[in-house]
Parts: sequence; structure tokens; C-alpha cells
Amino acid sequence: MSFFLETLVGGLLAGVMYSLVAIGFVLIYKASGIFNFAQGSMVLFAALAFVTLREAGWDFVPALLVTLVVMVAGAIAIERFVLRALIGQSDLTLFMATLGLSFVIEGLAQLFMGASVHELNLGIDDIPIEVGPILVSQFDLLAAATAGALVISLSLFFNFTRIGISLRAIADDPLAAQSIGIRLPTLWRIVWGVAGLVALVAGLLWGARQGVQFSLTLVVLKALPVLIIGGFTSIGGAIVGGLLIGASESLAEIYLGDLLGGSVSTWFAYVVALAFLLIRPAGLFGDRAIERV
Amino acid sequence: MTALAAPAPPETVESPEVLRRWRVGPLAIAGLVLAFYALGFVVHDYWFNAILIPFLIMALAGLGLNLLTGYAGQASLGTGAFMSVGAFATYNVLLRLPDLPLPVSLVIGGLFGALAGVIFGLPSLRIKGFYLTASTLAAQFFLPWLFNQYGWFSNYTTSGSISAPKLVFLGADLSTPLGRYLLTLTSVVILTWLAWNLVTSQVGRNWMAIRDMDTAAAVAGIPIAFNKLASFAISSFIIAIAGALWAFAYLGTVDARSFDLDRSFTVLFIIIIGGMGSIAGAFIGSAFVILVPILISNVSANLFAGAIDAGQSENLQKILFGALIVYFLIKEPNGLYALLLRARRRLALWPLKS
Repeated sequence: MSFFLETLVGGLLAGVMYSLVAIGFVLIYKASGIFNFAQGSMVLFAALAFVTLREAGWDFVPALLVTLVVMVAGAIAIERFVLRALIGQSDLTLFMATLGLSFVIEGLAQLFMGASVHELNLGIDDIPIEVGPILVSQFDLLAAATAGALVISLSLFFNFTRIGISLRAIADDPLAAQSIGIRLPTLWRIVWGVAGLVALVAGLLWGARQGVQFSLTLVVLKALPVLIIGGFTSIGGAIVGGLLIGASESLAEIYLGDLLGGSVSTWFAYVVALAFLLIRPAGLFGDRAIERV
Repeated sequence: MTALAAPAPPETVESPEVLRRWRVGPLAIAGLVLAFYALGFVVHDYWFNAILIPFLIMALAGLGLNLLTGYAGQASLGTGAFMSVGAFATYNVLLRLPDLPLPVSLVIGGLFGALAGVIFGLPSLRIKGFYLTASTLAAQFFLPWLFNQYGWFSNYTTSGSISAPKLVFLGADLSTPLGRYLLTLTSVVILTWLAWNLVTSQVGRNWMAIRDMDTAAAVAGIPIAFNKLASFAISSFIIAIAGALWAFAYLGTVDARSFDLDRSFTVLFIIIIGGMGSIAGAFIGSAFVILVPILISNVSANLFAGAIDAGQSENLQKILFGALIVYFLIKEPNGLYALLLRARRRLALWPLKS
């Protein structure tokens, strides 16, 4: 039983990380209807930039701030040069554009900061601590707490501030929102900037766990099932979806993995998402019904 | 989420007298095909493997995806998976039923691909647009895992990779570069001809009606479910044959990893850059994704010889390729084929302005 619990908790903690990445998607999706494939490469870019600064002897806080400035500047550049030129194109075209963007960002990151694996030490010891009958990694707990704090502050920000309300107006009806004076480009810049911040936090936490390397970009592929389960437009949904995927994935790896011969986790999340699509296509918390025929 | 926006309608407002001279007739296409056959007997062996064979196979895969996405309006990111089905199914047919002639084995491999397409296309009956990509992504992650995991599919080779058996048809050995080229070219010509007939027939018009507005199509009496599944089946059939050719006529030895998500993205690039909903678009797009990286690497090798190492030039290529994609999407969202049509009209009316 305690083994089951440990697996479950481990999965839930990994799920928090999925949620973190998924939130970056939700924000951009709400503001512009884009499924931003470049989110994964933004995670890589942020983590690499931070590690490079740290290795050059910078202190923690300046390195963090400079990385953040770079991410926000990048977000503004993306809005100005790519998104603005693509207003009104189909979903698939926009998706492909972010795919092209992800090539550019990955290429830039590796061009300037190298392709080797970097150690990232955030100064948190990874000691297992006992919680009741089970062992939990201290690092995972802290990472989950950080992610949780970020998630809560973002939900508060987007639920109660003027910017957040504008965002919901845009998500609801872009044309009506613009006609009452909400500036879409400004909002896009803000949202992409925040997505850059989320990418930075996710990059640091993931990077500290598995090393800063190219495989960080693959996180993006886990975010799609998370979004389908949670609903594309709900921050809360992203959290719940992430937890569900994280937990079910690690349970499946343990209990189904032996049966089927291992590495079930590469596709399990998608099968869960597929089941959701067939039963509840809008996701748990999605607010827009998907058109059906 | 809106459904996939329809590609721009073909430019119908043409003044016949002027444009007739510029129309691509059946004669021109026959000439092009003959030229490609003739090309096989004049070029150096390097050309086959570096350019011609991958160009043709990727064009074929692009054609398959274009039927599904460009004509029937169903987005898919599972192209790589369906290619892998074709490769592994054809391999097993060749291995276990060695008496069958090669074309029959290829067709059987294609039929298995069609079956996989229908299975993973089933969610399209309930969901539309971008959400559908999740279903095809499930195929993309599940099928190559399946082929990698169970040794039976690769006849229990230790590496899990499959190698081309001897390619023989009517006593002719097709394992030489020229033979593989001719095999590929012939398959591409036949399948393209079939696809062309399909999209200009009632089936193709039904698909386009569903793509443009499925409710209206249903009201007009077009069976939606049947047509959607048919588009998945036929598209996957073509893609699976492309996968088998990729494995045996191009690479020779493959494992499931050669059909990863990147392969799916490449094919998607092909149809978006080339032009959604046009058969020529698949070929133009394929030429783009095959030739541009070669061009970039040659140029960078000559320009910066010695100045930057191989890893850096690979990064530069990646940046340039990504930037080109974004640039083309901004400049011509309907693909290079639309650009070509426009150029043709300008030329036809020259020196007048259209």
C-alpha cells in the first residue's frame, strides 16, 4: 500500500510540473487561440540562459532577472514580427508558425549556449523525507510548492486584475473585446511575456531535476494531453489535468509497464486524452463546446 | 475553435484566351513524367539517394496527408506512425509471404496502413479541428512503440531494425540505385494519378464540401462519417506505401525511430509550404524541404569553410529553416503553389497588370 502511495505521490508531484508547462499554453491559447508549440523551446532557452549566466559567475538573483528580461524581450519580438503578421490565419497555420519559431529558438539557444548537458543546482538538497508511511523527495515537494504558488498567483492575477478580465474578454469574443477598446497586441505581449516567465520557472525546476538539455523541449508533448483533459481555456483545468496525467502515468508505468514490457509512459497520456476526447470533448473545465458533426 | 480554414479557392477568374497558352495540359504532365524517367538514366548515383528518391517519397507522403488535411479538412500529426505501419507491414509480408510479387506486398502494406488510419480516424466522427491532432498524436506515440516493443514485427532482430529484403520484380533486380529510383517513381506516378482522379471525382468534391462546411455537406446528403473514414483510409494507404518505400527504397535499414514525430512535422511542413489542397503543392513542398537544407548546408560549407564547426552550422541551418517557414507562412499562407498560380497569371497578362 505504501508503495502504491509513493508512486501516486511521485506521479502527482511530476504532474505539478506538467501543469506548470500547460499553464503557459492556456494563457497563450486564451489570448490568441494558438497552440504554442514553441513553449517547449522557450523552456529550454530560459533554462540554458540561466545556467550559462550562473556558470559565468553571476549571482542567483541577477541571473534570474536578466533571463526574465531576455524572455520578455523575446516574447515582445515574437508578437511584433510573427503574430501580428499572421492575424486572421487558420489555427493550423498559426500552429505551424510556432513550430517554425521553435526551430529558431532551439537553434539560437544551442548556437549561443552550446548543446551539452548542464548541471543546474538551485541550492535545494534532494533528501527524501518521511511523510507518514511514505518517502517523498524534498526537492519534489519544494518544486511542487513553487509551481503551486505560481499557479495560484497567476489565477488570481488573471481572475481579478483589469488585464486578466481583458484576457477573458478576448478569449470570449475577440472582436467585441477590441471594439470596447481592449488592445489585443498589448495583451498578446503581456501574455507571451508571462508565458516566458512560466517557461523560466518550469525550465529551472525541470532542469534541476534532469539536467538542462535538449530533452527539456519534449515537455511540450506532455502538455497537449494535459490540456485536453483539463480543457484548453482553464487554468484550473491545466492543474487538475497535469495532476491526473502525472499520477496515472506513473501508476501505469509501474502496474501496466510489466504487463506490456515497459516505457508505457511514452503514449499512455495520449490514450487517456483520447478516452477523454471521446467521452467529454471539451475537457473537464473547458468552457467552449467543440463543434460536433 | 474554428475548423480548419479552407485554402483559398482556386483562381477561377481567368480570361480563357490569354491563359489557355499557359495552362498545364496532360501533354506537359506526361512530358514531365517522361523527363523524370529519363533523368534516372543520366544522373550520377549520388543524386538518387541524396535528392531524387527522398524528394519523391516525401512528395508521396505529402500527397497522402494533403488528401486528408487539404481536401477532407482533417488535421493529422500521425503521418510518421502511418508510414511506420506501411514499412513494418510490407516487411512482414515480404518476409512471410515471399512468393507474392513486390507490388502486391506494397499494396498489402498500404492496406494495413489504411486500417490503422481508420482506427485512429474514428475520433474524427466526434471531434474536429485541432483536437483531432491529439488522436493522431496517440497513433504517433503508440504505433512506433508497438513495433519497437514486440520483436515479432521486426522478426526478432536484436536492434529492432528491419532491412530491405531483395527487391525483385518480374526478374529484374530493383536493389540498385537506378532500380530503387524506378520503383519509387513508378509508385509515385500511379498513386498520384489515382489521387488526381479521386479529387476530381465525386469523392473529392464530397471531401471538399465536408472540409468547407460539414453541416451544409450533411444537409446536401453527403454521408459524413463514411467520407471522413474513407479519407483517413485512402490517405493512410498512400502514406503507408510512402513509408514502405522510405524504408526499403531509400534507407534500406530502418527502425521505428525513423518514423518519429519529426517525420510527421516534415510532412505537415510539405503540405503547408507547398499548398494545402493541391496535388502539385505536395511536390513543390517536398522539393522545398528536401532541397533547402541541402542548399543551406552547401552554402554555409562554402561561405564559412573552417570558420564554424559542424555543430554550429547545424544550428544555423535549423534557425534559417525555421525562419524560412515563418516567413513563407506570413508571405503566402496558401503555399508556394498559390505563388506559382499568381506568377502564371502575371506572366500570361504581361505586360498588362492584373
